[in-house]
Formats: sequence, structure tokens, C-alpha cells
Amino acid sequence: MDLDALTGCLASSACLVTQTTSGFIIGMLLFLVAVGLTLIFGVLKVVNFSHGAFYMFGAYFAMTAYQFSGSFALAMLCGAAGTAILGLIFERVFMSRVYGADVLMQLLVCYAFVLIFDDVVRMIWGPEFKSMGMPAAFQVVPLFIAGGVVPPYYLLLIGVALTAAMILGLGLARTRIGKVIRAAAHNPGMVSALGINTGLIYGGVFALGGMLAGLAGALAAPVRSLTPGMGFSVLIESFIVTVIGGMGSILGALIGALLIGMIRSFGSLGFPLFTEGLMYLFMVIVLVSRPTGLFGKEVA
Amino acid sequence: MTRTRKPGVSRRATLAMMGAGAVSFATPWVARAQAKTIKVGMPTILSGRVAQLGTSSRNGVMLEVEKVNAAGGLAGRQIEMVIRDSKGQPQEAARVARELVNTDGCEILIDAEASSGAFAVHEVARDLGVLCLHTNSETSALTADPKQHIPNAFRTARQGVHDSIVGGSYAATIAKAKGLKKWATCSPDYAYGRDTTGEYVTYLKRFAPDIEIISESWPKLFQPDYTEVVTKILQAKPQALYSCLWGGDLTSYIDQANIYALFSQMEVFAVNMADYTALTVVKNLPKGIHSGNRYIKTYPATPENAAWGDAYKAKYNEYPTNWSWENATAIMLLAEASKKANSADGKKIAEALRGLKIKSPFGADGTVTMRAEDQTLVGYAIGWGTTIPQEPYVPQVQAGDWKTIFELEAEWKKSKGYA
Repeated sequence: MDLDALTGCLASSACLVTQTTSGFIIGMLLFLVAVGLTLIFGVLKVVNFSHGAFYMFGAYFAMTAYQFSGSFALAMLCGAAGTAILGLIFERVFMSRVYGADVLMQLLVCYAFVLIFDDVVRMIWGPEFKSMGMPAAFQVVPLFIAGGVVPPYYLLLIGVALTAAMILGLGLARTRIGKVIRAAAHNPGMVSALGINTGLIYGGVFALGGMLAGLAGALAAPVRSLTPGMGFSVLIESFIVTVIGGMGSILGALIGALLIGMIRSFGSLGFPLFTEGLMYLFMVIVLVSRPTGLFGKEVA
Repeated sequence: MTRTRKPGVSRRATLAMMGAGAVSFATPWVARAQAKTIKVGMPTILSGRVAQLGTSSRNGVMLEVEKVNAAGGLAGRQIEMVIRDSKGQPQEAARVARELVNTDGCEILIDAEASSGAFAVHEVARDLGVLCLHTNSETSALTADPKQHIPNAFRTARQGVHDSIVGGSYAATIAKAKGLKKWATCSPDYAYGRDTTGEYVTYLKRFAPDIEIISESWPKLFQPDYTEVVTKILQAKPQALYSCLWGGDLTSYIDQANIYALFSQMEVFAVNMADYTALTVVKNLPKGIHSGNRYIKTYPATPENAAWGDAYKAKYNEYPTNWSWENATAIMLLAEASKKANSADGKKIAEALRGLKIKSPFGADGTVTMRAEDQTLVGYAIGWGTTIPQEPYVPQVQAGDWKTIFELEAEWKKSKGYA
């Protein structure tokens, strides 16, 4: 434990700025993955254990697009669009068959696809790790805000993730499609009886979830190494986020992800040997005091 | 699932017989009679995150086996490699090793496992008494600890303590010249990371006593994001940073530290940087990272080493790794020892291996030696240098001094109660 380092940091604006942005970066990428997970659970009532694979595919799609075109924007687009299509196919062909089934059956299908997707990546891109590289536009000196270091790429990353969060939140709350999705989450039978194609909604939500994870992967690709199986560690943290925030809650995912980001960022200063443990400890505290998560609703 | 077999000769059996028939007609009788092959078993990691290293081990072995076989094999017997995947799991490595000897009839084992698996295979070798060459485990205790010693096991890999001595003395020289007093470390949180960092710091402080470690970070192995570690190090404002992160973890770390301009704010010593697997993957390799040599075809700067690296690249379309040369060395030593003993018998080869000195592209002076007392490789090329973003990646390597290594190693063994 190193509380001096923590209090010292809290007293200095430079350290505060650096560590807070660091927490934001970790948190926002986590949010993009977790929000897809929570959305799919909220509407489809399925815990998508293969969600990490979409994060992985997003990164690989982005890297390949970047290698061929040299365009960063196109890489991000390919990462997001590619995983959306993949999500749609995966939902329609496989997941839609196990909606009514036992949880264990769903888990088994998802876990099978974790392994299958990893091997597909291994076959296409090879088993060795890859790196996309930082686009030249972002290879610049970091900004110094109040003495703290803030890399411009991370500002973009935070911006994109926040925009996605806002569009998602407003879209679900204000638009007609959003209302239909919420209604389908609440009572799919009634929505279907009203003549709305629930299969389309389910496919669409899965695609959206996949797209968000893919976008996270694409945004992470320039700074993280790409390997088959890279989705797994992200998935575990995303689960912690959804458990803290409450399954099915978008605001919960955002707050949960940022909390985890901050815990990692400041925890590594104050409790360098217990950063991981701190995350789980926090989860336990939330689970004990609010078993449905911070923003989760009581399940009837 | 059950299958019903039709009576009579199956298609597969017919094909096999036809194949055997074709071979026996094509091959001269005499050649077949005398050339009883010698099977060499090799458990290694061919799947999972470090599969690339296992594959490069296999490549290193096969490159040399072809040469040995072309020159007549081990005392006239052609080598037949039997290579199996252990998936990097110690219990699987042990099981595979045992099976290779007992079921497949292998007479020699090349143990191309990481340290975790190597200790398990070592026990199998102890039990079965089969000649075993550890090719990848660099954990010092495997040969340094007398409790581990068995007459039939040898190590043809570098050794952690050698690396730490050379790395520590190199870093201390630079620390003194540039006045680097405040250091930080950042290494993966498992046995290798902890041990290697500890030994490195010990020798760094020994050569430059006024050094202070002001910050330590222990990210998890295979952690995807290092941002909090990077910013923590930036906050501590050290003058130098040591890391033994490796592979994809190291390249992630570099990409993430790069955008914080970390490399312009301190001297970085990353022992595992100068390996082609990492060097060729990082897109924006910062200039001037200090690294130990793993395998690099320009060091030792001899035509033999360059030729070996090029031959490997020509055959496998990628550069060798640290594990490639360590495995190739095993075959080179086997061939020489068998020649000296004029036998392919494991016990006789083991006898010939002790103290054997052979010419090698990877030797500091063109030779490597299998030291008799603890049956581990010495005299291999070991040094440190700084990176540049393109080939040859590490243009100047400062060689480690084997005399100093031997002195300090002996001292270290004493302090550990090994000698």
C-alpha cells in the first residue's frame, strides 16, 4: 500500500489530470464493450459470453482495412460495420435458436463460439500477435493540461465513446425505434402481436451490440496488441462493469465502466499490488449492498 | 459413435500397402537394412498465445536435423523427429514426454518447453533415465540447483542469471555516464518477471550502488491495457525504466507509452526488445531502447551467424527467435557428441556432451561449451545495445564479458547455497 503516493497525486493538478484521463480511457473502451453486453441482455435476455469476440474482430477488421487503405476513418468504419454484420448473422443463424432454451445451453453455444471465433482469427490472421500502429496524424506530442499529460488520440477515443453513449441513450429514450426496443424488452409477445417484427429487432439489437464492441476493438487497435483470444480479458472486465452498473442499464454501464477505469488508474498509485483485487472488492461491495447493481431494476 | 467396418481389406489399408510396396521397390535394399532411424521426441508449445515460439523451436530443430541427416545422421542413424504439442501445460508436457519415450520409442528428448513445463519434463527424464536436452527454459535453478542435477539432462539455452549480470553491468555503465540515479521497473507479475527483475536490480545496484528504485509496477501477464501503469511511471518521474515485458505485452506497452511520449522522458531498458518477433511487429519503434540480444542475425557479427539467420528466413519466411537458436544448438551439440562417442546411444552421448566445446554461429567467440559441472550452455553470444526502427534494429551490441559472468555466477551460486 502506498497511500502517500495517492494523497500526493490527489493534491497535484498535474497528476490528477493525467490519472483522470487515464481512467477515462480505460473506462470508455470498457463502456463500449459492456454497453453492448448489457443491451443484448436487456432486450434478448441472453448473456452473450462470446461478446469479447466482437471486440477482437473489430480490432482485426480495423487493422486489415488500415493496412489496405491507410485511412484511419475507414479502419474505424470497417471495424464497426464488419462486426455489426457479423453480429446480425450470428444472431439470426445461431443465437435465435436458443432464446427459449436453458441458460446452460445458451452458455454452451456462446462458449463454443468463443473458441471457434478465436480459431477463425488464427486461421485468417495467424497465431502471432499483431500491431496496427498509430496513424501518423496522431503521432504528435501529447497535450499538457494543467501540467498533466493527455495524448490527443485518447481525446478522440473518449469523444467517440461519449458520442456513442449519448446517441444510444437518446435514441432509446426518445425515438420510436427506441420505444419499440424497450417495449420488446418488456413484453416481446405483445410487441409481436402488434405486428412488429421482433426477429428484426432482436437481430438489430445484437448487431448494434456487436458494432459497439467492434468499435471499441477498432479504437483500441492502434494501442493494443492483437492476438487471437484478446477478447477474453476485456469480456471479464465488462462483466464486472455490468454487474456493478446493473444488467440491462446503459447509464449503469457508463458509470460502472468509469468507476472501474478510475479504480485502475488511481488504485495503481495507492494500491499497486492490489489494483485487480480492488476491482473485485468493489464489485462485491456493490453486490452485497445492491444485488441488482447500482442502476439495475428489481427482477420480478 | 460407433462405426461398422466391412469385412475384407479397407481402402486405407490398401493404400498403405501400395505405398509401402512403392517405397520398398524404390529404395535400395541395402540402404534400408542398415539405416535404422533414431527417434528424437520433442514436446513443445504449438498452440495458444506463445505458439509462435514453439513453432520457431521446431523450425530451429528441423533446419539442423536436415543438415545432420544429410551428413549421415547420428553415428549412421537418421534422426526422426517426433514433435508433439503440450499446449504450454506442465502436466501435458510431462505426459507427452513420457509417451514419446514409452510408446513412440524415442531414445532422446528435446525439451522445448517454457520453464513451467521444463521442470515437469525434467522429472520424467530423471525417472526414465533418457537423455534430455532442455532447450528453452532459462530459469537458472534448473541446472544451478544441485537438487535438480541428473547426469542425463543438459540445458542448451541461455540462463537468467547470466542475462542479469550482463544487463546489470551494462545498465550501470550507462547509469554512471548519464547520471541515472532514479529508476523505475515495470515487469509482468509472475515468476519469470519477478525473478528476472529482482536479479537485474541486484546486479545493477552492485555495479552502481547509488541507484534508487523509486517506482515498481507489476501488470498482469497478457494485460490488454497498460495506460495506468504508463501514467504511474510518468508521475514518478524516474530517469530510467527497466522492463522484462515480452512479446505482445511489450509491443502493447510500447504503443501505449509512445503516445505519452514516455520514451523521450527517460532511458528505457527492455531486455526482451531485441527479438525479431517484437521488433518486426512494433510499427513505431522508438529509437534508443536498450535491450539484451535474444536472437539477432547481426550479433555476433560473423558471416556464419548472418548465413544461419538468412537460411532460416529463406526456409520459413520469418526471422528466427531466441528459441530457434537455442533449439538449433541442441541438435548441433548432439551431432558433435555422437561423432565424438561414435555412437547414438544416449549414455555415451551424455558422456561426450560433458565439457564439449563446438563451433557455433551463436558463440561469443565462435564456439559454445556445454559446461561439465552443471551441464548448461556457456560461452554463447550475450550483449546489450540500443534499437533503431529498421534493420539491423540493434546496430551496435556491447558484448558481455564471460570472465565477469563466471566470477559473479560462482558468487551467486554460493549465496543461493548451490555451491
